[in-house]
Parts: sequence; C-alpha cells; structure tokens
Amino acid sequence: MSKMNGAQSLINALEAAGVDVMFGIPGGAILPAYDPIFDSKIRHILVRHEQGAGHAATGYAQATGRVGVCIATSGPGATNLVTPLADAQMDSVPIVAITGQVPSAAIGTDAFQEADIRGVTMPVTKHNYLITDPADIPRAIAEAFYIASTGRPGAVLVDIAKDALQKETTFNYPKNVSLAGYNPVVEPKQSAVLDAAALIAQSKKPVLYVGGGVIKANAAKELMQLAEITGVPVVTTLMARGAFPDSHKQHLGMPGMHGTVAAVTALQKADLLITLGARFDDRVTGKLSTFAPKAKIIHADIDPAEIGKNRHADVALVGDLKNILRALNPATKAALAKSAPDLTPWLNEVYGWRSKFPLGYDKPSDGSVSPQNVIERIGKISGPDTIFTAGVGQHQMWASQFIGYEKPRTWLNSGGLGTMGYAVPAAMGAKVGAPDTTVWAIDGDGCFQMTNQELVTCAINNIPIKVAVINNESLGMVRQWQTLFYNQRYSNTDLHSKRIPDFKLLAEAMGCVGLRCERPEDVDKTIEAAMEINDRPVVVDFNVHRDAMVWPMVAAGTSNDDITVARSMAPVWDSQEL
Amino acid sequence: MAIHTLAVLVENSPGVLARVASLFSRRGYNIDSLAVGPTENPKVSRMTIVLNLEGHALDQVSAQLFKLVNVIGISEMKDSDSLKREILLVKVANNAANKEVASKHKAVISDETTTTISIEAVGQSFEIEALLADLKPNEIRELVQSGLVALERGASTLADRTLSTMGTANESDPNSSTADYQN
Ligand SMILES: Cc1ncc(C[n+]2csc(CCOP(=O)(O)OP(=O)(O)O)c2C)c(N)n1
Ligand SMILES: [Mg+2]
Repeated sequence: MSKMNGAQSLINALEAAGVDVMFGIPGGAILPAYDPIFDSKIRHILVRHEQGAGHAATGYAQATGRVGVCIATSGPGATNLVTPLADAQMDSVPIVAITGQVPSAAIGTDAFQEADIRGVTMPVTKHNYLITDPADIPRAIAEAFYIASTGRPGAVLVDIAKDALQKETTFNYPKNVSLAGYNPVVEPKQSAVLDAAALIAQSKKPVLYVGGGVIKANAAKELMQLAEITGVPVVTTLMARGAFPDSHKQHLGMPGMHGTVAAVTALQKADLLITLGARFDDRVTGKLSTFAPKAKIIHADIDPAEIGKNRHADVALVGDLKNILRALNPATKAALAKSAPDLTPWLNEVYGWRSKFPLGYDKPSDGSVSPQNVIERIGKISGPDTIFTAGVGQHQMWASQFIGYEKPRTWLNSGGLGTMGYAVPAAMGAKVGAPDTTVWAIDGDGCFQMTNQELVTCAINNIPIKVAVINNESLGMVRQWQTLFYNQRYSNTDLHSKRIPDFKLLAEAMGCVGLRCERPEDVDKTIEAAMEINDRPVVVDFNVHRDAMVWPMVAAGTSNDDITVARSMAPVWDSQEL
Repeated sequence: MAIHTLAVLVENSPGVLARVASLFSRRGYNIDSLAVGPTENPKVSRMTIVLNLEGHALDQVSAQLFKLVNVIGISEMKDSDSLKREILLVKVANNAANKEVASKHKAVISDETTTTISIEAVGQSFEIEALLADLKPNEIRELVQSGLVALERGASTLADRTLSTMGTANESDPNSSTADYQN
C-alpha cells in the first residue's frame, strides 16, 4: 500500500465519499490539506467568509439531496462555522465540516488559533470527531458522511490536528461503516402501519400535516399517492413547501405563525393529524396546550426522539418516510375499501375557509412598491422550476406565502434556527449543485448585509445567482413586532438602507449586475431584465414600502384559535363555524 | 418529580462523558448522580445515571440519549429487579458516639487519628441516608459519595442484550414505558 501523508489521505477519503465540490478558506492548521486539494478532482470554491462556506454546503445539500461539504482552518475559521452547523443541524440538512486543528502536542495549551471546536460544536452537531492519528482519517470521513446522510440527516464536524495531516500514513477507505451505537430504524412496524390505516379510515376530519422530512426522504410521490387515496386535505410547513404542489386542490397552504387561515384552522378543528416528518414546532403549534385539541395523532418520523416530544402520539411510525408511506398507502387503501367515512362535510368546511380567507395584501396607498407583489411576480415570471432561497424576516414569510411551489427542493430556507444571512450563500451552494436551474435569493436588506460578500465568490467562480433585495430600509420583521407589541417604538430597527449602502453600486463593485426598481410599474420589467442575465450574478434593489406587514399572524405564545388576518382583526366566521 | 436510574453502555471514546453531560444540560434534565467506569469489555464504559424527572417522560430522555452516536444501550434499573449500591466515606470527630453509629450501621472505620475517624459504608441509598441521619451535622468534617451504581438481578445482562442484537436495527416502542434501548 502506498505511503502518503494524512492530508492526501483526507482528500482521497473525500473523493471516495463521492465529494465533487467543497466550500472553504485555508489557514495555517488546515494548510497541509490544501496542497493535495490543488491536484484533486474535487472542485474547491474559495469563499469570502466561513459562514458562507457552511451555508453554501447547506444550500447545495438541500438542492441536491447530497452531503454538502465545507472546510476551514482552526480557531476563528472553525468558530465561523458554528452558525451554519447549528443551522443545518436544526433543519436536518446533511453537511460535513472539515476543520484543521493545532498540532496534537499543542492541543490544550491555548496555542495560537486554538479553539476546542469539538467541544464548541457538540450541542449543535449530530456527531463530531477530533482526529490526532492520521490512520484514523479515512474511517472518520466515511463515518461522518454515513452519519450526516442517514437516519435523521444532520451536521457532522471532523476536526483534524495539523500533525495528523502532515504525518505519513497509508490510505485505507472502509468499504462499509458499522457503528455499535448508531443504527437508524428505517422500516416501520407493520402493526403500527395497520393501526394508522385504521385510524385514517375512522376519521371524519383528518389533515395531512406535512413537514420537511418528506422532502428529505424524497417521498413527495408517495405523499401524493396517500393524499389521492384518502382525499385528505394537506398542509405543508415552512420546511415542507414544495413537498406537495401548491396548485393541488387538496392543498390548504402553510400552517403556523404566518400560515393560511385554512391551514391553521384545519389543524385546530381536525380529529386526526397524519403527521409526516414534522415535529410540532412551536411556530406551527402556537400555544401547545391549545393546539389541535380534538385531534388524534399519527406521527411518522425517522427520529424516535421526536415521537411524543411535544405532543403525544396515538400511533407512532418510526422509519424512513418513503418506506412508511409505501407500507401505509396500500394499508390505508385496504382499510378505506372496507369502510370509508364521508369526508364531504369536512372538505366543504376547509375548502370554504380557503376560499373565504385567501392570502392577500393591500397595495400601498402612497404608490410605492408592494414587497409582496415583487415576490409574487418573481415567482410567476421565473416559474416553478426555479430554486428560491430566502433570508429571515418578513421577506422570507412572503416568499413562503406568495410563491407557488410545485416541486420538492425548490424552496430553501432557514426554518429552525432562523439565520439571517442564509440566503446568498445558500443560493450559491444551490446553484453549484444545480447549475442549469435558475436560482433566486429573496433577501432582506438586513440579511443581505450579513453575507453579501459571497457575491464576490459567485462572480469570480461563474455562479450566476439572482438576488432580490426586498429593501424596506428596516429590520422589517422586528419592526412589525414593535408595531404590534411595543407601541410603535422603533428601537434600532431603522437600517437607512435606501441611502446607505447603495446596493446597486455594491453589487457592481462585487462584479455583479446591479439593478434598482422604485416604481410599481417597473417591477415586471426589472424582473425580466434580471432573468435575461445569465453570465453574471445579478442583484436587484427593490425599494419597497416599509410598513407592509406579514398576515395572517398567530402572535408568539398565543393560541392558533386567535389567528388574526390583519391588525386586531380575527377572521369573520360564519356562525355555524364557531 | 420521580427518581429513575438508567444504566447506559457507551463506547469508550474521548468526549463521551462531555456529550452526555452536554445533552442533559441542554435539555434541562436534572442529574442526581452519575457514576461512570470501565466494564468487562475494554471498549465499553458503563454509566449509571440517577435522574430526577419533572415534566419530561423517561422515554424522551432515553430517546434523546440514544441519539448520541456513542451510546450503545440503555436500560432502566428498576428497584424491584436490580442491585443498587452507593459508597459513602465520611470523616467525623473521633468519639464514642460516632463509633457507635458506625457499628450500628455495620460500617467500617477505615482510618483513625486522635481527632477524627473515617467511616466507610456500602449500601443502598436508604441505608446510607440512615447512617448520615445518625451523625450530628456539625461533626461531619468531610463527606464524599460515589453516586449510585446498579446491576440487574438474574442471569441476563445489558451487555448481552446489546451485543446479541448489535448491528440489527431494533425499533424501540416509543409508547411503551420500559426504556430499554439497544442496537
Ligand atoms: C443572525 C440573526 N440576528 C438577528 C435575528 C433576529 N431577526 C429576525 S428577522 C430580523 C430582521 C431582518 O431584516 P431584513 O433582512 O431586512 O428582513 P425584513 O424582515 O425587513 O424582510 C431580525 C433582526 C436573526 N433572525 N438572525
Ligand atoms: Mg428589511
């Protein structure tokens, strides 16, 4: 077996793991690895900030379903990855981070650029490693990819001491990985499948509560079958937008804090939630004790720890959702063939809510541009094959509401951690993974100022993403809460970003095309102009009305029953619905 | 509030104690005691964790713990079917009354100076508590306890069950109340 150093062994291992691209920045401790990267067939994209590398890996993973990879040096390089690692872990995205560590003899001495990144990232990763012996590198890499991509996907970090990269070793990549303490359950229990089918066949007011797990399990087709077998209405959470086509007649939209009245209310009134890869997050349930009070719960998830964590499950289906649905669909069909309850009254009710309380927005009375309209038009003009990413804030919620998603992996956002700065680097990663697809980042003026430097990376590396900066010159979502809950006292939410920075000039300085739109009549023209540019990244500064708000809303900590469709305005129900 | 004892087999790898401690701290589970040591298998360590659970179901704690890659098996050690022991070492004033307490509780005096004696006791939690209750608090100079260790009664072993099924995915029933997780 040929001798090589640990660094070469690392790169060989990454190649053996099937890595085709990684995002990173070199530095002292990881430098030995950058020498073999120079000759590797793996594409390395030199980012401008490690946070960008981490979110790019996440965007790549969410768009392609493959493991995203980022690489950084010790100390500050590694700590800059903490946010994207926590972000990916919260949203169950498979990424692997490689970090250099100070030489093993220096570990624990507060050496230059030493940070205990294994300790730091323990609570925000699925697993992590500190490697000090070069012989352990291939196995650690193989395990890292296996752990990141199987079971409930997540973030794994491999920290490697510099001397382990430099020392001589032999390369021996394990053919298969077996871990004593890690064997995810992938096949559901048949008895639970039958119980679930029986519950579905008894239920008069069922709802399919669909979460991001359906997308992770590539189970959209199987979900469609279940929906069509049963005729049950569907809600898709923020992480699941695209798992079920928005245009489908059974779709009620998104549940949760800014969900549709129909989706939120259907969950509240349901007698059964068929929960698929969702986790009863507080942004969906509102006040937990009042959530879906009459509903029995079928809870299907790959992660047994999600079962019963927030809400008791009457039937638990632990396994891979694709396998679960492949078993559940025929079982449900058989159960319904014996006795099928008449869902018509329930369907009339929920579809009535949907037509009575559609999502909407008012055009600003002062003739300024409506942010919702900008986002809606981008969705229409760019079409359902586009991949959209978003930052965090009002623009994110509008992008989840006013763009129609028809396919999985076309809506990428930071749901669990709510990470401002996610949109641009995630769009970069998505575009690298899906180079022939149009990728739009719908970003806020606040978020954009956190990570726009990656547009330089995009411009230099021929990654022509499109960015819509929804410029309301404020930290709009925070401002909305100040409007509603802090007597319009706008403490530190005014960004002045119609003045500074000049986003158009900033874009141009970074090698992108910069466009600006200030009038409603220019919205379509500007989007069409942006659609024409495919040789460079393009940034559009959409100057929009600053007081637009996200509706409907269930205020944090309150009950879903108290949903408001506009400020202090509860939906006006027909009396028989109350 | 309910007290539960979990026996946890973990891979003997660096950082595993930190992972367990970090998980308990992050999720707000209260640990009463944690004892960890080697086992008959050099690759495996065993932790005995005594938990004071409020609001969190034991199943949830076990399920979260079991998600740690280095955790191989978990079993609840019920009072009725396990041996539970603690060690107490306590340094008290050297006087007749304290010697009397030691002998009453069948404890050993393992060290003696002109002013102090060190009492060594091994027993179940209630026995240790009873001994401590008989000592005058102001006479206790120094006290150390091992934390509880527990072993299942009968021929079955947690390691056997774990090893016999190692490598085969074994679904835990999230609705059952016995927190017995193995791979
Ligand atoms: C890193 C980070 N810091 C702070 C927050 C809190 N936060 C949530 S939304 C928001 C405002 C975002 O402003 P902008 O990007 O302009 O979006 P808008 O709401 O105006 O559309 C802030 C500060 C966060 N989610 N992430
Ligand atoms: Mg803003």
